[in-house]
This record gives sequence, structure tokens and C-alpha cells, in this order.
Amino acid sequence: MKARKKFLVGSGIIVATLLALAYVGYTQSKTYYHTISELPSLSGSTLHQRMRVSGNVRAGTIAHRDGRTNFVLEEQGKALSVSYVGSDPLPDTFKDDAQALVEGRLQPDGSFTAEQVQAKCASKYEASPVGQPAASGGSPNKT
Amino acid sequence: MDIFGSFALLLAFLTAVYAFVAGIIGIVTRRVLLTKSARNAGMAVFGLVTLAVATLEYFFFTDDFSLAYVAAHSNRALPLYYKFSSLWAGQEGSLLWWSWLLSIYVFFALFLNRKRHPELMPYVGVTLAGVQIFFLTLNNFVASPFHVIAGADGGGVLRLAKLADGSGLNPLLQYPEMVIHPPMLYLGYTGFTIPFAFAMAALLGRYPGEKWIHITRRWTMVAWCFQSIGVLLGAHWAYAVLGWGGYWAWDPVENAALLPWITGTAFLHSVMMQEKRGMMKVWNVWLVFVTFMLCILGTSLTRTGIVSSVHAFAESNIGPYFFGFLGIVLLVCLAAWYKNRDYLRSDNQLDSLVSRESSFLFNNLILLAACFAVLWGTLFPVISEAVAGNKISVGPPFFNKVEVPIALFLLFLTGVGPLLAWRKTSVDALKRNFAWPGVGGLAAGAVAFALGWRDFYPLVCVILSVFVALTILAEFYRGARVISSRDGSNILTAVGELTMRNTRRYGGYVVHFAMVMIFVGIAGSAFNQDIQKELNVGQSMAIGPYTILCQNFDQPSNDNYQSERATIEVFRNGKSRMMLYPERRLFRASGVTETIVANQSTPVHDLYVVYAGRSPDTNLPVIHAYLNPLVKWIWFGGIVLVLGTILAMIPDRRAALVLRAATDRPWAGEAAPNPVVSGPIHRTGSDD
Repeated sequence: MKARKKFLVGSGIIVATLLALAYVGYTQSKTYYHTISELPSLSGSTLHQRMRVSGNVRAGTIAHRDGRTNFVLEEQGKALSVSYVGSDPLPDTFKDDAQALVEGRLQPDGSFTAEQVQAKCASKYEASPVGQPAASGGSPNKT
Repeated sequence: MDIFGSFALLLAFLTAVYAFVAGIIGIVTRRVLLTKSARNAGMAVFGLVTLAVATLEYFFFTDDFSLAYVAAHSNRALPLYYKFSSLWAGQEGSLLWWSWLLSIYVFFALFLNRKRHPELMPYVGVTLAGVQIFFLTLNNFVASPFHVIAGADGGGVLRLAKLADGSGLNPLLQYPEMVIHPPMLYLGYTGFTIPFAFAMAALLGRYPGEKWIHITRRWTMVAWCFQSIGVLLGAHWAYAVLGWGGYWAWDPVENAALLPWITGTAFLHSVMMQEKRGMMKVWNVWLVFVTFMLCILGTSLTRTGIVSSVHAFAESNIGPYFFGFLGIVLLVCLAAWYKNRDYLRSDNQLDSLVSRESSFLFNNLILLAACFAVLWGTLFPVISEAVAGNKISVGPPFFNKVEVPIALFLLFLTGVGPLLAWRKTSVDALKRNFAWPGVGGLAAGAVAFALGWRDFYPLVCVILSVFVALTILAEFYRGARVISSRDGSNILTAVGELTMRNTRRYGGYVVHFAMVMIFVGIAGSAFNQDIQKELNVGQSMAIGPYTILCQNFDQPSNDNYQSERATIEVFRNGKSRMMLYPERRLFRASGVTETIVANQSTPVHDLYVVYAGRSPDTNLPVIHAYLNPLVKWIWFGGIVLVLGTILAMIPDRRAALVLRAATDRPWAGEAAPNPVVSGPIHRTGSDD
């Protein structure tokens, strides 16, 4: 049984090391997900977390200024001003009415500073209901 | 026509149900004719699903937009080969595509084995039919591609409508690789169903363990090969089309494809333990079960929107079906294992830590750890929401921190494992096998360090890559030398002969070598550089040894899209080397923009130039240039991987009896050469 025990010890060391690495990686990259409606209710430490918020880009609000891109994200009637400060170009799919996911931090004034923006092209993969031709720029919020 | 298609699908579903029910009754009542009939039904599903697929393609090719699915994914201006691939561009069509590829596998699995393994095949047929029933249920009742468009006319009566033109294929999919990537990936995913069915059948039928493994070995390799191609093509597509300079972002959809690949790799290795030493029987059965379940999980992650992803399909109502099926599969696996677990007892134990068994055990442990880490990281938002109420996601830092050391340890095992003997390796053998490769590896590390490499992981990667490459070359050399000294052939012919006598082993070494190439390619990313600037005509910027000059920018366009393009001249050492044309295209039908990357790729590095749009302040084109070292090694490695797998699947050539004339070198009374090559390496136990 000596070999088996050695193997188990070896495995234990490997697993423990990986768990430690995983924990470090987790703390370095953990991002909370919040909806726009939840944001006003956050307080204390949760206010300063790195977070992700999703919504739709309100048409006509995309504005480029001083190297930043500002726009308004809305979901379920609530709106959030976002300022994208990253250096990567915005994704090709980012435009009016696109479904977008922003990652960054909430500012004290209630606006959001985004370091990353992901945008999904309006759904091409939904089952198109009979009675409506599936449109490309159609409402992305069908559930 | 759509009625024809949906009817064919419905018939396919009913046939699969018959195959399932008749198959079970045939097993229980031992009626051979019923079993045969069930098998024929299982094969017939292929024909029926083919009819459905052909019908759908017919709609695409004839620009018939009366089907909602066709209208959503195609348009008149789309080139013909993209109309063909539009079939799998969306939920319904890709599910049909899945069913079709699965039915091809099922057909061949049943057909090729129609005269063999009569105690096993009935169970295989039932399992396969069960899986097919699930997907055909989705095809028929949940996500049918044959829905027609209808609208109310003036009198309020619902009438069939036919659109004049469709919305077009997502431009990101209008790329040759995107025509190949889903078929390859799906051939991988669906392919793992076959070993799953055989494992389940062996367990339920209490079939001898080594036999089912032997039967499924090639099927597993085929599925694994396709899965590898699918993952690599996906990475290459992301690199070439998405224009962010990288090929892997640990996105949930990417991870979904990687998970069964990882467990599939573990399985391909651990079966050798069962074949040679009768160990790991329970483990192997569960490894196959888990691989199959990860395939189902993988496709559901992509389709149900349960985790947010750049690539994922929109949220849909298909989730409960997938998770229900996954639950049923898990229950069936648990029940089958619990009932028959006594038949899976191990024949042998682990004798020594310095043995091939040990290296396989570590291989499996580390691969499972990798799989678990990726799974955990991918599903974390779902888990944290269920447990703590808030949705937390983790990103590349988490995955990289865990996966990079795992990958490097795996690389180490790749070099060490094949050189260890079964049961126990002597210290002498250890010293003899690892001395030169070890020295070579460390020397390479020293060279890299001298060249300025200081990061820990890339240095370790270089050392291990050279080490493993040398151990592989040494294996080929040692075996070939024995053959050439016996029959006088030159060393290269001997390598060929050596390989053909044991294709699995030497093909496997080729695949290992491919993995080394891929690791080297990935290690290059530690040295990536990039620069982004507004460039007016005549302006330039420098990256690495290159100077990039903007010569011009224009707006070429056609029916399908409108484009903005920059003409870039690249200089090196003052001399003009090449012209690059990065573009940004706006597709008319769908309103989507796409980046066309201008990539100059050499084995040393990629010069990757992107037209990043116009600066909002100055309206000048913004050019983003990347210098990515060694990326081409990944794609080369992928090709070598495929070749190695094909090689490993070729049946061994039996060694010929070599009769020598009296004038040749005397044999010293040796027996005729046997098919197994035993080299001068002293090992206990039998050689593979």
C-alpha cells in the first residue's frame, strides 16, 4: 500500500496547490452581477465592487468625448449612464438598441465607469414565433 | 414541402421510439428477430433525418422564405456555400444538424457491428435510441425548423406569408472557417455518444471490460479528433475574425467545448491502464459517462443562455428540456453502476509511484482538476446565485492561474510517462532515459534566459517542451535503431516500419509532439505586444521590428456589404515588405459590422493589423497593430495532432518474418522478430 499512500499524498499536495491558486485567481477576477434596478439599493462594500450590469443601449445616446464613450443603458424602465474608458475599440455589435454587458465600477454620483463592454447582436437564435417574420434588429428581450 | 420535412422528422422520431421499445423488449424476451428489427429501425432514423435536412437545405437553396427559419438566417444575396451553412446558424437548424450527425454515427455503429458482439449490441442500440429520442423530441416538438410564416389578412384570416427576402446570415459567420467549425465540433460532441452507449451497454450487459474498451477505442479517437479540430477552429476563427488579437477568452461557450475534450483525453489515457493491468474499470466507465454528460451540458450552456456569453444564443425556453435529460442520464448512469458495480472490481493495484500506472493516474487527476476548474469557473454565476443570492462571475485571471500550472504539469507527464515502465521503473532506467532530454531541456531554458526571458511560466514551458520533444525523438530513434540493426534498413525506413507496427503508440507520440507545438505557441502569448493610434495618410507607427505606414483609406462595397478599408505598407529595416488591407464591413441586410483583420503570419510571429474604426473626435482611421509571437505553432500543432490521431487509428502492420542468407551478418540464434519492439531499455513488465 505504500505506493498508494504516496500517490494520495502527491495528489493531495497538487489539489491543495491548485485550490490556493484558484482562490487567488478568484479574488483577482470576481465580478458581481447586478441589474440596473438593484443599483440604488446597494450600500457599503457592495458599492465599490467590480460589477457587471446588462441592459440595452438607449438609441441616440452614444457619444464619444475626450477618448471616452458615453451612453445610457436601460432595462425594465430604469436607466444608467455609462462611460467607457477602456482602450480597446468597442465591439462591432455595439450600437443603438443593442444588448450590452458592461463591466466596471459604480461612481459616487451614480454613473458607471466601464472598463469592458460586450455587446450581443440582437438575437438571431431565438425561435421565431409564427405570425412575425424574425427581424434582425428586433426586440432582444423576448424570454 | 415543409410538410414533407416535418413529416420525415416525425417519422424519424417514431422510428427511434420503436427502436428503443422494441430493443428493450427484444433484450428482455431474448427474441432475436425483435432485436434485429430494433437495430434496423435505429439505422433507418438516419435516412429519415437526412430527408428532413435535405428538405431544409432545399428551402435555403431556392430562396424560399416562407419558412421562418430560412427568413431569419438567409437572404438572396448570400453566396451559395453560406446558404448551405445557414442550416446550422440558429437554434432549430443546428439542433436538426446535431440529430443528423448523431444519426450518421448511430447508423455506422449499428451497421459495422451488425454481425459482431451479439450480447452487447442490443444494449448499445437501446442506449443510442434513447439519446436520439431526446434530440428528435426537440426537433419535432420544441424547436422545429419547419415553422411557416403566417399573418392575418384583411379579413382577419391567418394566411401563409412568404417574405420577399430574408434577414441574412450573421456576418460573423460568413467566413470559410465558420462553415467547417460547427460540423467539426458537432461531430465531436455527437461522436462521444458512441463510447457512452458502449460503456452503458457493457455495464448493463455485464460484458467483459477490456472488450468494450477495445471496441470503442477508435470511435473515441474519432470523436476526440473532431472535438480537437472544432476547438482549434473556434480559436482560430476568434483570432482571425473577432479582431481582438487573441484566440481564447475563457468564454462559457469556449469552455463548454473544452470540457468533454479534457475528459475525453483522460479517458484515452486511462483505458491503457485497464487494457494492460485491469485497473480503473469503474473510473473508465464513469469517465465516459461524464464525458457524454459534459457534451450535453456543453450544448445546453450554448443554447439556453444560463450563463452570459458573447457567443451564446439568446435566452430561450429550451433549458428545462436539456437539464431534464441530463438528470435522466445521470440517474440511469447511477442506477446502472450501482446495480453492476461488483463486475467492475480491479484486477491489480498500484505497485510503485515510479511507474507508468502512476503517471496515468496523475494524468487523469490533473485533467480532472482542469475540467473541474473550468466547469466551476463557468458555472460560478449560476452556483453563486443559487447559494448566496448574488451573481458572481470569474474571468481569465481565475482560469489562467489554475490552468497554466496544470497544463505545464501535464506537459511534464507527457515526457515522463511513456518512459516509465509498467509496475516499477529501475533507477538505472530512470537515469538512462531522462539524462539527455533533461539536460537538453535545461539548456534550452538557459538559452531562453540568456535571451531575456524572465517570466517563470514561459521559461518552464520552454524547458519542458524541449524535454518532451527530446524524449519523443529518443523513443523513435531507439526503436528504429533496433529494427535497422536487425534488417539492415536505413534509419528512416526503420522509423516508418516501427511506427506501422505499433501505430497507436507512435501515433500517440506524434499527437504528444503536436501538443508540445501547441504549448509553445500558447507560451508565445506571454510576449504579445500591441499599439493603437490614429493614422492619417502618410503617418506611421512602430511595433517590434516593423514600421506601419498608412498609405490610403477607401470604401469598397458590394451588394452584401459596405466597407471601410485602410491600405497599410509595412517596413522592416527600412525596406518595404508587404501591403496589408484591414477592413471594417457593414452588412446591409442585418446592419451588423464586422472587422476583417489583416494578419501576416510567420512561424516567428504574427503581425496582426486591425482597422478599429474612425476616431470620433478627428474622424481619422484608428489602426490597432499587434505583434503576437509563435501563434502559428498552435495551428501547425493542430494539423500535426490530426495526422497523429489518424496514424494512431490505422491498424498495425504485422512484422514480416525476415529470412537471411548465410552471407549476411549472423543472427546469433535469435528467434524471428516479434511484432512488439523491445529496445535496449531495461524495463520490468510487458512493453506496449
